[in-house]
Amino acid sequence: MPDGNFAVPLLAVEDLTVRFKRRGTDVAAVNGVNFSLARGEVLTILGESGSGKSVSLKATMGLLPDYAQIDGKIKLDGRDILSLPRAELAKLRGSAISMIFQEPMTAFDPVYTIGEQISETIVQHEGISRADAGKRALELLERVKIPSASRRLKNYPHEMSGGMRQRAMIALALACNPSVLLADEPTTALDVTVQIQILLLLRQLQQELGMAIVFVTHDVGVAAEISDRIAVMYAGKFVETGDVRPIIRAPKHPYTRGLLNSTVHGGMRGQVLQTIPGTPPNMADPPPGCAFAPRCAHALAACVEQDPPAIFPAPGTMLRCLRAADLVPARAKETDDAQ
Amino acid sequence: MDIFPETRADPRDRGGKAQPLLTVEGLTKHFPVRGGVLNRRIATVQAVDDVSFSVRKGETLGIVGESGCGKSTTARLLMRLLDPDSGNLVFDGDAVGVERGISINAMRRQMQMVFQDSYSSLNPRMTVSESIAYAPHMHGLAHKDALARAETLLGQVGLNPRQYARRYPHELSGGQRQRVNIARALALEPRLVILDEAVSALDKSVEAQVLNLLRDLKAEYSLTYLFISHDLNVVEYVSDRVLVMYLGRVVETGPVDSIYRNPRHPYTRALFASKPTLDPDRRTAEMPLTGDPPNPINPPSGCRFRTRCAFAQAVCAELVPVLAAPVDMADDEDAPHQVACHLPTAQMGGVTHHA
Repeated sequence: MPDGNFAVPLLAVEDLTVRFKRRGTDVAAVNGVNFSLARGEVLTILGESGSGKSVSLKATMGLLPDYAQIDGKIKLDGRDILSLPRAELAKLRGSAISMIFQEPMTAFDPVYTIGEQISETIVQHEGISRADAGKRALELLERVKIPSASRRLKNYPHEMSGGMRQRAMIALALACNPSVLLADEPTTALDVTVQIQILLLLRQLQQELGMAIVFVTHDVGVAAEISDRIAVMYAGKFVETGDVRPIIRAPKHPYTRGLLNSTVHGGMRGQVLQTIPGTPPNMADPPPGCAFAPRCAHALAACVEQDPPAIFPAPGTMLRCLRAADLVPARAKETDDAQ
Repeated sequence: MDIFPETRADPRDRGGKAQPLLTVEGLTKHFPVRGGVLNRRIATVQAVDDVSFSVRKGETLGIVGESGCGKSTTARLLMRLLDPDSGNLVFDGDAVGVERGISINAMRRQMQMVFQDSYSSLNPRMTVSESIAYAPHMHGLAHKDALARAETLLGQVGLNPRQYARRYPHELSGGQRQRVNIARALALEPRLVILDEAVSALDKSVEAQVLNLLRDLKAEYSLTYLFISHDLNVVEYVSDRVLVMYLGRVVETGPVDSIYRNPRHPYTRALFASKPTLDPDRRTAEMPLTGDPPNPINPPSGCRFRTRCAFAQAVCAELVPVLAAPVDMADDEDAPHQVACHLPTAQMGGVTHHA
């Protein structure tokens, strides 16, 4: 099914929940995530540590440990991949859907060369000869713009710099032409001059190959550089979803506003930073109602009693806030003094 | 009776306001790389090479640069957690660690450091109040008084002592632990605090809280900060003056506005151009630099940036550029903007301006 049905989104995640139950603890890491991804679209999940953004990606890739209790549906081209047997899932991983990570040093096997690892993946999935796979590996390294690619194929991961390793990991992820790429903070460990190179490369590859990307980051600037749409995640839920421009320019959810306000950007010298008071909730014991209510300057009694339902103010936008109608969509700068 | 009530005179202040709090001259640290059967020195990492700067009383000096540029090694050399190969430190007029100067311990009482990793810099087997009280107790304060001071400090960094004093590091969040580290650094009433990527590991909403705290503490205790970070926006936000480092050397220094509005070194310009924008309609279209920073083992001769510089010429490989006023600016004695670049065209970004 190369093209499939246009009405069916490429990737659809419905009511995804993930709980980690172990040794008396019960952590609700993801609490009902819904999204769909069209072909060639870049969706960024923006959130702070512990918000569940990486866990959502790993659940989609089937990389969570056995004690993780996963519910909901993850449909790739209309097929629910959560109910697939392991062997079937292994066939999809790497060929239809693939993933890149924050730390390429730990994602590669240190005892094989880059070339061997890329060829291995191609041989496994496509059953072609090692020699042909080696040729493809060389093309892939050239595609991700690694200089002197034929020499680099013989490098072990530790012989490469951080930026080169990340390029090599992208080459590995693209080896079998996946239609969906999951990117878990792939530029966070890189220097700023290298980060922008990787972002530009991903943007270019995405356009050339027509891949869809789910990009996870905590960095608003990175999200603004790469995304078509942004989903802001807090305490295991998407609290606001929309196109990149309205989310960055006129965020509506109090958490999104707080996050943008507390991000230091250029030309803010001398200003007192507006912060979000308190800390994110402990997901082993989440607060009742809206999880952001204890830190929210606009919270009412109703916010604590009831989990705010998702509302859809405009096509393609979603908001979970009981006070959405009262809060005037203001520019990020003019909002909330947290006290 | 205080004759000058308007000036909060610090009895430890020796040279007055005009004398820099810390002067660093020719600081150098080369690490040997050993290998082979006889474990001989086969190469040298030139981590910090001939770095000189001064920190003025009451200012925040920001040091910015990418990994491997020597910014953290510089901090460790200042604290003497590493011994420099050469270079002099002068703390408020007193040479450090030499005859007729002050001892390293005496300097450390006035200079404290906060590290990036809030967890590994606290002893996991001590409660936070014990950690904070440790240094004052070692320096002669009675244990009971040291603990009382620790609790006061906890309150000042925004942690209620009744709730937090007896907790262990693993019972705190990252932001709370970094507050404890700040309290511990302040326990000896230092005059200079070195913040080495102190907010880099924190989430943005927590980072903003800690930056606000640092600003308040600076005003309250008349502190001087040396703020080391890779985050260009945060360095701009906190610093009065900025030092840009590349592969172990200072490439540009000056007042924060001058550096950020009018960067002269081709590296500084590329660094700023690499910052992600916050405007989806003005996304970065071209890479400001290609490749990674070179390995500081056997760095390029002459100007260390020349291998990645679009303007590089023969002279750049031959001579090490010295820090000097940019070609189009007069030497400003009070707030000098200095750049280490041979080429006027490179300093002007390849465009010749006529004022």
